[in-house]
Amino acid sequence: MTNASVHIRSARRAAITLLFAAAVYETLARSGIFAAALLPTLPQVAQTLVAMLVDGTMVWHVAYTLYRVIFGFSLAVAVGVPLGILMGRFRAVENFFLPLASALMPIPSLAWVPVFILWFGIGNTTTILIVFYAATFPMLLNAWSGVRAVNPLWLRAAGVMGASERRLFWKVIVPGASPFIITGLRQAFLRAWIAVVGAEMLAASNWGLGWTIFDAKEFLNADVMLASLAVIGCIGFIFERLVFGSLERITVIRWGMMRAAKD
Amino acid sequence: MRPIEIRDVSLIYETPAGNVPGVQSVSFQIAASEFVCIVGPSGCGKSTLLNIIAGFLTPTVGEIRIDGKAVTGQGQDRGVVFQDFAQLFPWRTALGNVAFGLEMQGMEKNRRETIAMEQLGLVKLEKFAQSYPHHLSGGMQQRVAIARALAYNPAVLLMDEPFAALDALTRDDMQRLLADVWRKTRKTVIYVTHNVAEAVYLADRVVVMTPHPGTVKTEVLIRLPRPRDPLSVEFLDYQRQLLQHLGQHAAAG
Repeated sequence: MTNASVHIRSARRAAITLLFAAAVYETLARSGIFAAALLPTLPQVAQTLVAMLVDGTMVWHVAYTLYRVIFGFSLAVAVGVPLGILMGRFRAVENFFLPLASALMPIPSLAWVPVFILWFGIGNTTTILIVFYAATFPMLLNAWSGVRAVNPLWLRAAGVMGASERRLFWKVIVPGASPFIITGLRQAFLRAWIAVVGAEMLAASNWGLGWTIFDAKEFLNADVMLASLAVIGCIGFIFERLVFGSLERITVIRWGMMRAAKD
Repeated sequence: MRPIEIRDVSLIYETPAGNVPGVQSVSFQIAASEFVCIVGPSGCGKSTLLNIIAGFLTPTVGEIRIDGKAVTGQGQDRGVVFQDFAQLFPWRTALGNVAFGLEMQGMEKNRRETIAMEQLGLVKLEKFAQSYPHHLSGGMQQRVAIARALAYNPAVLLMDEPFAALDALTRDDMQRLLADVWRKTRKTVIYVTHNVAEAVYLADRVVVMTPHPGTVKTEVLIRLPRPRDPLSVEFLDYQRQLLQHLGQHAAAG
């Protein structure tokens, strides 16, 4: 089977599932069992979404949320990858940071929101730091595992060929650990995306997808809430499939270090 | 070209069951451009010895000298080919793998790729320069590994059973190819194998090692013209002679 036909088939299957779910929802919404204001029909939600896109408010909400998530996620990558690699390379670094990671990791990032609000106030600083907190641990742990999974033969071969510790890091350890690092990026982004919406509900004002949902509750705008949820789902899907999926295809799958998913 | 001296090298492994000698008091010399095979059964310390020469292991006693200079740690005066195909970097093309050592020297891109291409030509893989290792067969991957180890022009090429994981037909091809590469480059080679026929086909001299503890039992000079005919009477005589050296030990042990 060709690649294209596999894609079409999986897209068709996904469409069937989504259409079915939409049909169930639409039936419920129109049945009159629930108040219309609480369960708007899909055309109403779509109308609201279009209106919010046209007047630009949705674009700004998305922009704020993306800014926070990308900022926090980038910080998490900048800290998690080097620290994870150092932990995998040096016992002393591992001994020092592993207990810290083990202690902090089980604390849900949202539990920190009230604390961070006290420290940093409401706004970007707190939301970005919550994202950073949520994304750092999956990044760190995957980088750490990745280094320990690097084939020792690559290190030997590179050592014989005169690689310095710095070159070893960039030219052997990072690419050698890349299947784990990419998995870490994926998991970290997912956590970041979940955390940003929650953090915005509690610690943002005026802008952001999470904030919109929380704010809409005050005015019983269920259509705005559902429209925002749809946008959150779509952006998450785009990152998961297009950004990280493509990254995987042009690196570890091309290098034969990881197989593409079987249909 | 530089001679290599192995001087009274011993390595003792510390295990929970006590100290186990890996190799004991091994001494021999290798002339420049000589092809030396080390043969012996598993556990005789031949790979340990190679790892000491490569600098992956530090001997408990003794030293290795290349051109009169004691070696410590790893370095570009040695090239190493391992048995495992996974030794290549999967994220680099064949060309990128071969150019790695030159890149570490800081050589500029065009020059190192020209040299890497010549090396790939030596192992007849120019056409696969842009292929990633996972698209190459086991034999091709080992040829890339040989080109990679030669590319930065080390004094000696160390090979640890490089063809042991290949099927018999491919192994024959690879032995011919290696003999050809050696004829062209006249590199000093230390080649570890447990395959007696392979040793007779390739080597100027065969060092026979025996286990418990790992020591050099004897050395056999192979005085046969190249290219060698594995079916000739003389070839088979050498093979028998080596097998006797190894077999006597088995009977005694």
